[in-house]
Amino acid sequence: MSAVTSVAGRAIVVDGHDIDTDRIMPARFLKAITFEGLETHLFEDDRIEAAGRGLVHPFDDVNRTGARVLLVGRNFGCGSSREHAPQAIARWGICAIVGESFAEIFAGNALMLGLPCVTVDAPTRAALGALTGADAGLEITVNLEARAVTAGDLSATVSIAESARHALLSGAWDATALLLADYDEVRRTAAKLPYVGGFEGTP
Amino acid sequence: MPQTLFRKVWDRHAVRQLPNGQTQLYIGLHLIHEVTSPQAFDELARRGWGVASRERTFATVDHIVPTLSQARPFTDGMAETMTAALERNCRAHGIPLFDLASGVQGIVHVIGPELGLTQPGMTICCGDSHTSTHGAFGAIAFGIGTSQVRDVLASQSLAASVFKVRRIDVTGRLAPGVFAKDVILTIIGRLGIHAGAGYAYEYGGEVLDRMSMDERMTICNMSNEGGARLGYVNPDQTTFDYVRGRRFAPKDDAFDRACAWWRQMASDAGAAYDDQVTIDAATIAPTVTWGINPGQSVAVDGRLPGAREAGAGEHEALAFMGFDAGQAIAGVRIDVAFVGSCTNGRLSDLREAARVVRGRRVASHVRALVVPGSQAVRVAAEREGLHDVFAEAGFEWRGAGCSMCLAMNPDRLHGRELCASSSNRNFKGRQGSPTGRTLLMSPAMVAAAAIAGEVVDVRAWESRS
Repeated sequence: MSAVTSVAGRAIVVDGHDIDTDRIMPARFLKAITFEGLETHLFEDDRIEAAGRGLVHPFDDVNRTGARVLLVGRNFGCGSSREHAPQAIARWGICAIVGESFAEIFAGNALMLGLPCVTVDAPTRAALGALTGADAGLEITVNLEARAVTAGDLSATVSIAESARHALLSGAWDATALLLADYDEVRRTAAKLPYVGGFEGTP
Repeated sequence: MPQTLFRKVWDRHAVRQLPNGQTQLYIGLHLIHEVTSPQAFDELARRGWGVASRERTFATVDHIVPTLSQARPFTDGMAETMTAALERNCRAHGIPLFDLASGVQGIVHVIGPELGLTQPGMTICCGDSHTSTHGAFGAIAFGIGTSQVRDVLASQSLAASVFKVRRIDVTGRLAPGVFAKDVILTIIGRLGIHAGAGYAYEYGGEVLDRMSMDERMTICNMSNEGGARLGYVNPDQTTFDYVRGRRFAPKDDAFDRACAWWRQMASDAGAAYDDQVTIDAATIAPTVTWGINPGQSVAVDGRLPGAREAGAGEHEALAFMGFDAGQAIAGVRIDVAFVGSCTNGRLSDLREAARVVRGRRVASHVRALVVPGSQAVRVAAEREGLHDVFAEAGFEWRGAGCSMCLAMNPDRLHGRELCASSSNRNFKGRQGSPTGRTLLMSPAMVAAAAIAGEVVDVRAWESRS
């Protein structure tokens, strides 16, 4: 498990607010017992719908192949808790997501994969979208250490929960080992809860 | 100092503070199902870890089970593979599995309470965002992703950040024809679908005080649809009466000791909240969603946003739904009617729907189905003859499961079909067809729509009967 301090790369932009995890990863692709190959179904229904209207969905745009930073709107990842959504995004090659806000479970799931979700204000998000939309080759950098995003001449502050930032910077975003570090303490906490003993003893 | 239930439960389950400032939170009950657990078990095996607390872990199969023919092996090979994987993992780790043969299988959020596993004052997790349902009992219950399922399996705990608490009082009395579903859709509609970010919602007030546990579960179930990862109601006598005598509930003297502890866990009078909202029940009408998220709703006698007042998101929703700005929602023709889900698939929901359809016929162009939330709900409903009421009206009477709520099983919409649904999400494609459309409403409203063949006001419907 490695520290995530900074992510740099080209950007891919998914516009619109309140994009739910059913849209990111339609439920039919959850019928699997691994996460492998999920990235090929990312936004599948939206992509088909766009193609039907003669448009190219960003995730079908060859100019965006190899992008590492995903730009989104407000409340991205709302709805179902399916980790399949951030798994697919990460497996596609995205290493950081910049948005106006994120649904809580989604951001938590992304963090567990070492995929930072950072927020910027609406004008910054619009400016980033305009810059990277116009120039698919433009590199964008999300620097967690400096809490900053830069693209061309633009430089702005990003926000991320301090706990998430700490976990990413210290490389401790996969929490399991940490949770198991002092299992006796877990036992002691459980022993003090009357329901764990079936309310048999006096707690 | 007076404290909220949230704070009391959180503090008692806090194991330690982690280096990043989060809390290592002990989890009192971990519920698992076939969709979000297989990868977690694989990770455990890969890292050589076992299940820390098998006696606090319970499994069922709900998302992918067919509701028509449940004979094994399932016709759908992948559904069979997922079920077999859950069976294998549960067997390997000694985790109880309430499968189709158990007689108590059902949607995980329906059977937890039914079995008495769900109790006040607990922390409860499940790899499903509707885990907030269990908050109806005064538990701190929230959905997690698969990596966190792995964490809870391995350590019976997870890394979590403390929530703020928003108290939502619903005062007064609900009018006839107005149900718990209308209350929660109204709360989400008024506060917005991301208002709950960072918050636990504490629901209270006279309306919640008077509600049954089924109704409180409907409210807490949809907390996540308002952006709140968890919602709860303080435990009271209604809660204790529900839990008493259930399979995993404390018995005899232990039950009395449990009630005393559960009472202590309830929020104290004068507890401080980070935010407070009051909603007058008199302002709540039967509510129907018209768009592509659960906050886009309108009173059944209301109109959709006008062209000028609608924002970009609302225009997108109108276009997807094929509705005109400013049009009435009543009179919209439906193709499918679905009564079921973890939101509204309990016995009382089926009773309300049956009350509306009794002696009537489903409109000839409507495909209608009733899917009990659990095998126990199905048996109880049949004992009351509800299955006959539905069958005579032209509804299909199905086996228990998640069914058409999320279309991971054969129950789904086709093409542009429009479904009156008692479920919880109206996202694009949610019910299995990328272009399918969903109108969320109460079970009684779904039943009335099935009969009329279009969205109708169940209040007028009831007065006509």
